[in-house]
Amino acid sequence: MVAQKQIWEMSMTEREKILGRIREALTLTAPHPGTHGRHEPAQTFPGRPVQSAKPWLPDGGETPEEQIAHFRAASTDLKTDFREAADEAAAMAILKEIAQAEGWKKIATHRSELTDKAASALGLPKLLTGGGYDKNEMEACDAGITECDVLIAQTGSLIVTSRSSGGRALSVLPPHHVVIARREQLVRDLTAGFAFIQRKYDGNYPSMISLVTGPSRTGDIERILVLGAHGPKKLTVILW
Amino acid sequence: MSSHSQEFLDQASVITRDLRHRGLIQTALKKYEVARDKRKSAFGDWQSARQAAAETKWEAINHLDKYLTEFADKLEARGTKVHWASTGEQARDIIVKLIAEKKAKCVIKSKAMTSEEIHLNDAMEKAGFEVVESDLGEYIVQLRKEPPYHIVFPAMHLTRDEISDLFQRELGSAPTQEPEELTMIARRALRKKYIEADIGITGANFAVAETGMISLTENEGNARLTAALPKTMITLLGIEKVLPKMEDLALFLPMLATAGAGQAVTGYNTLYGGPKQADEADGPEEWHVVLLDNRRSLLLADAEQRDALHCIRCGACLNVCPIFRNVGGHTYGTTYSGPIGSVITPHLRGLQNWKHLSGSSSLCGACTETCPVKIDLHHHLLQNRRNASQEEPSALEQFAYKVFGFVANRPGMWQVGKELARMFQPLHKFVLGSKLDPARTWTATRDVQPVAPESFKEWWRKNKSGK
Repeated sequence: MVAQKQIWEMSMTEREKILGRIREALTLTAPHPGTHGRHEPAQTFPGRPVQSAKPWLPDGGETPEEQIAHFRAASTDLKTDFREAADEAAAMAILKEIAQAEGWKKIATHRSELTDKAASALGLPKLLTGGGYDKNEMEACDAGITECDVLIAQTGSLIVTSRSSGGRALSVLPPHHVVIARREQLVRDLTAGFAFIQRKYDGNYPSMISLVTGPSRTGDIERILVLGAHGPKKLTVILW
Repeated sequence: MSSHSQEFLDQASVITRDLRHRGLIQTALKKYEVARDKRKSAFGDWQSARQAAAETKWEAINHLDKYLTEFADKLEARGTKVHWASTGEQARDIIVKLIAEKKAKCVIKSKAMTSEEIHLNDAMEKAGFEVVESDLGEYIVQLRKEPPYHIVFPAMHLTRDEISDLFQRELGSAPTQEPEELTMIARRALRKKYIEADIGITGANFAVAETGMISLTENEGNARLTAALPKTMITLLGIEKVLPKMEDLALFLPMLATAGAGQAVTGYNTLYGGPKQADEADGPEEWHVVLLDNRRSLLLADAEQRDALHCIRCGACLNVCPIFRNVGGHTYGTTYSGPIGSVITPHLRGLQNWKHLSGSSSLCGACTETCPVKIDLHHHLLQNRRNASQEEPSALEQFAYKVFGFVANRPGMWQVGKELARMFQPLHKFVLGSKLDPARTWTATRDVQPVAPESFKEWWRKNKSGK
């Protein structure tokens, strides 16, 4: 503890030193971007630009139908297994079908409205992450089943958090990540997704907020796509 | 000439003739270009998005003190320890001490170029800790005891056969031709490490001031696991990583992925705002964030080149650079290669020793055009050249230009010079390219044009009257 306190005190003074150097450096003004060194004011985007960023970014669709179509197209691209169900019963039937096809013996999940329904429909032995869990046991599970906060049409992504989706590891440690979601969770784009997160948590954020886009992937060997580098080899999104 | 410059020239002359290397790089980058252009076309307006990204970074960097303070204070308010390091040495000491305190044995790392910059792995290994890189490309180059070849694609210079041989030798696996099988060998080896490791070390792509969070971009899930399973998490990042607001990520995540790898967004983009909270199932009990200056504040003081700190390390400028594509990543001998490396290395490691990098450029401007945050890269290369020669002018060069200026301003002397050149040039062939050749740096790779037997002026004098 003493050593740690020393490090702490030492770095407090470094903080002042670094901030001092920064303040001194900033007494000179830098030219604005795109002016090639001429000191001209920014012309295109005075003030905060991002609020109006939507039109230049890739689109996510206007109506719910367009948004679903975007999400579907992005999922195909990403090799996400995207399943649309008519109602809850149909969604659970799809889940059971996947479990049977893959021969699941045990699942890892967390307590929430949608995952509780999934777990009881499956009726398999389960590991619940709630009050802590054994890492090796989770690694041996066949699938991790979670809820998500929001789905993003623009990129085919979903957002999981350490509070609402059973912790940090549940969505990456088991070989198959299954997300159970409702149609009304789909939003147009990343801007809307982050706005939703900021509204939902109102300053009291979970320690991890992860935008998940497709199953784990790598192109590190000859730029050839391989799924399941470290995280899940499969990502399934079941939506109704 | 510095020894770094000589090494650069020696290695460049070998690798530019290596057709196998060239083939590998061209194939990889062609795939990248196709994917990148497809993603760029999905943007409503790529150029406006670039301008917005540049303006956002300008705002962050030009109020760095404010945003950095906000970032650090917000992090600390939620139980994260923030450490400040002026130098690479200080950052190494902070991290090594932390690991020693935890009596840790095994450290798992996700990709962080900042840790390459300060040679963190060497320091941890010297202190007796086992360090495992978990990004597949980084893992491969670590097994080869090499630095990463490219800031985004660390093992881009290797074929599947070379990787298979490496895994056979180092991991005792069976030979295979399949990238998928090779990936699974690494997956199996590393899964154990995540579970065993006591410490997880990550870098950061962005630091969100508004909410006090880091944002980590990856595809493999290795950073997610690194930040989930070990009891202690350490994050090392440069002070220039700040973004003002969370919503800025809605712009920067797609831009980074598009410019960096030709993806809409990468597989995992994760915000971390603290250690495990009371109501959460897992995560590190302690989180330490190390903020590194390491001469970034000096670059900040150079208002002309300050925008080099806007860099989001996407690697797009490397991919389009004719120099990078010919000499490859290792030839640079620096952590950051390509145009951005040539611009910032002289600031980070000394102008005189690294000015040769600013000289090795065709000034084609492809880097500036592709940069998603509009850094004026090729102009900065020229500015580095100017600064280097102003700081330490070469006496020989100055003398040569003085003589040239003197002669060129006196027509009589110029005439005598021409006659002398015509008379003596035929003798040049006896020493051509040898040590005695005064022009050997030119003639070693280029033909010498003969001085014209008759200049235009002479021709004109003869022919205008004959009209």
